[in-house]
Amino acid sequence: MRIVVASGKGGTGKTTVATSLALAAAEREAVRVLDCDVEAPNAALFLHPDLNQRKEVGILLPVMDEALCTHCGKCAEVCEFHAIAVIGKKTLVFPELCHGCGSCTLVCPEKAITERLDVMGVLESGMTASGVNFARGLMNVGEPMAVPIIRELKKWNPASLRAAVGRVAECIETKRRSNPLIDEETASGESAPRNGIEIRDAPPGASCPVVETMRGADFLLLVTEPTPFGLHDLKQVASIARELGILVGVVINRDGIGDDAVEKYCAENGLPILMKIPMERRFAEAIASGKTLVDAAPEYRPAFRALLEDITVRFAA
Amino acid sequence: MKQLVILSGKGGTGKTSVTAAFAHLAAQNGLAGKVILADADVDAANLELVLQPRLLEQQDFKGGKVAVIDQDTCASCGDCQAVCRFDAINYVDGLYMIDPIACDGCAACVYQCPSESISMREQIAGKFYFSESRYGPLYHANLFPGQENSGKLVTLVKQRARLQALDENRELVIVDGPPGIGCPVISAVSGADLALIVAEPTVAGVHDMRRALQTVQHFGMRAMVCINKADIYPAGAEEIESFCRASGIETVGRIPFDVTVTAAMVAGEAVTAFQPDAPSSVAIAAVWERVLQSLLLKE
Amino acid sequence: MKLIISISGNKLESSFDPRFGRAAAFCLVDSETGEWTTHENPALSASGGAGVQAAQFVAKLGAQAVVSGAYGPNAFDTLSPAGIEMYLAPTGENLTAADVLALFKAGKLQKTEAATHAGHYGGHH
Repeated sequence: MRIVVASGKGGTGKTTVATSLALAAAEREAVRVLDCDVEAPNAALFLHPDLNQRKEVGILLPVMDEALCTHCGKCAEVCEFHAIAVIGKKTLVFPELCHGCGSCTLVCPEKAITERLDVMGVLESGMTASGVNFARGLMNVGEPMAVPIIRELKKWNPASLRAAVGRVAECIETKRRSNPLIDEETASGESAPRNGIEIRDAPPGASCPVVETMRGADFLLLVTEPTPFGLHDLKQVASIARELGILVGVVINRDGIGDDAVEKYCAENGLPILMKIPMERRFAEAIASGKTLVDAAPEYRPAFRALLEDITVRFAA
Repeated sequence: MKQLVILSGKGGTGKTSVTAAFAHLAAQNGLAGKVILADADVDAANLELVLQPRLLEQQDFKGGKVAVIDQDTCASCGDCQAVCRFDAINYVDGLYMIDPIACDGCAACVYQCPSESISMREQIAGKFYFSESRYGPLYHANLFPGQENSGKLVTLVKQRARLQALDENRELVIVDGPPGIGCPVISAVSGADLALIVAEPTVAGVHDMRRALQTVQHFGMRAMVCINKADIYPAGAEEIESFCRASGIETVGRIPFDVTVTAAMVAGEAVTAFQPDAPSSVAIAAVWERVLQSLLLKE
Repeated sequence: MKLIISISGNKLESSFDPRFGRAAAFCLVDSETGEWTTHENPALSASGGAGVQAAQFVAKLGAQAVVSGAYGPNAFDTLSPAGIEMYLAPTGENLTAADVLALFKAGKLQKTEAATHAGHYGGHH
């Protein structure tokens, strides 16, 4: 089962909920955490994985072979993003406009275009002391596009980690038997074990990086705070979940600040509130210092186990 | 005319509450009538919730295009699915269907389809608004959930704010920025004179503030840092200050954790107007003075 | 010399549009004979890369020089290898294309050898 933890508004406690849920779940199940907030990835600061696997990712940019190019202009014509210009006897590529779709490579009648990887960030992965299989994306500073990194992160599953999580390996084995041509990396793509749990920590907002994080997920856990900002942004993300047809549950964090508008909205729109975490200064202080909620307040461990149980039951229903 | 952009890296550090307070404070002194406000956080546009402006104008924002398959002529060959690098084409019940949310709008499938059954259709990706708030004109927008091209919408919001500021000889454009470090942030900082980063003294906040600072510096922009909820984790606040000292970045004040900020948000008010003598209000006013001084003195 | 002037209308008396990539239209005028035509800018509705698209368009029209108010890095990098000279006309003075042409003929316009501003970063997500 794949659970996305998202919020719309930033700073409502997505990472707090995602990491505590992961730790509670890891007591009994194979757990994989993906930090999809590649612009500001913070889950590793709480889970402390041993990040020993690394892979550079990005998009494929066209490279023109001037010896073969006849400057026919077909590539520039099909580029929706105007990333290629053919001027006289020159074909220019503007990398910052390119989306890496490969359309130019396909249409070139002279086969004069090859592609090279334009590195936009890295994927890192490793196990945590409590046995959580962790991976994150880290976008390079100055890069504009987060989506390609998130897309690659969801597909990534380095070999040494698979061995560490038996059930994941088993699942891939089954897949490979059914199709011997599939290689290891693609076999594992988006194939979180049916028995295991994958938890994705989403970026804030409600635009394409959030959608990419949610695609292929089974359950959306919306973490919000009971304020006008929290509510406004919660509505945005809830509407994406509706469109994608993903089940939704809500966690209200910092319960007690603000007003009851979030609860009213959830009741009116059939969004179940699965958990409430009160505003307590000691929680805020502990999280600020890098502690997870279940470590700072162990009484929350059973609550997070119950939350996971609740999600599992709703998903199975 | 000067442009101030307020950023954070990590979300939820208090950017919008600080921006709203700045708008209020600017309207109180010599800058009354000289400020334009712009909300550049177009996928979580919250400034209007505090300022509750009167809407004057709205228009559709056309985002990218998406591919559409004409099922009447589609031969179901699957070439489109093979060339799509965005996993946007699904084979469902014997039909190839485009998932408009996943479609990047590259049109690669359009040119590969042997039966010419695919065309590109323009999408309305959001709304652009111009409003009058109690503290001055506000340009804002709402990117529909799940849409792309937020950088372009941010650019549009800022361009319109800038044009009005130039036309009317206004002195300052205050831009409420988005979280993160990606395209909308790059669009929000481009052309700004100063970026104020609202940092949070948490391990996550410090980490993300550094990335935001690097981004601002990558584009050659001047930056300052203020620390919100500073007393939640004093060690974190000290870490931010010593990091800034070492990197030659000015820190312009600590704002204490204060429930008045949330109360003001619920009341739809800037905290400095809601309760001017609250500890957070006093601190924000001091930050504002320092930002303003630095912005208007430095040419 | 075949000159392109960025304009906001469809005649020589139309006002000068100081934007290049997002100009409403272009006036193509022969500075010797005074013959002119106008052309809508196909890049106006582009979601990104307007500078590149507009530059290719004016190159195809056979322009040898362009007069606008500003050039982004992509427009500059496309016009420059095409051997098209870039001139700057004053903005905010309510000039018409005809006024700009007169200034050009009188040698009063400055040539730019670099992009005049950074990109708009509006082309991607």
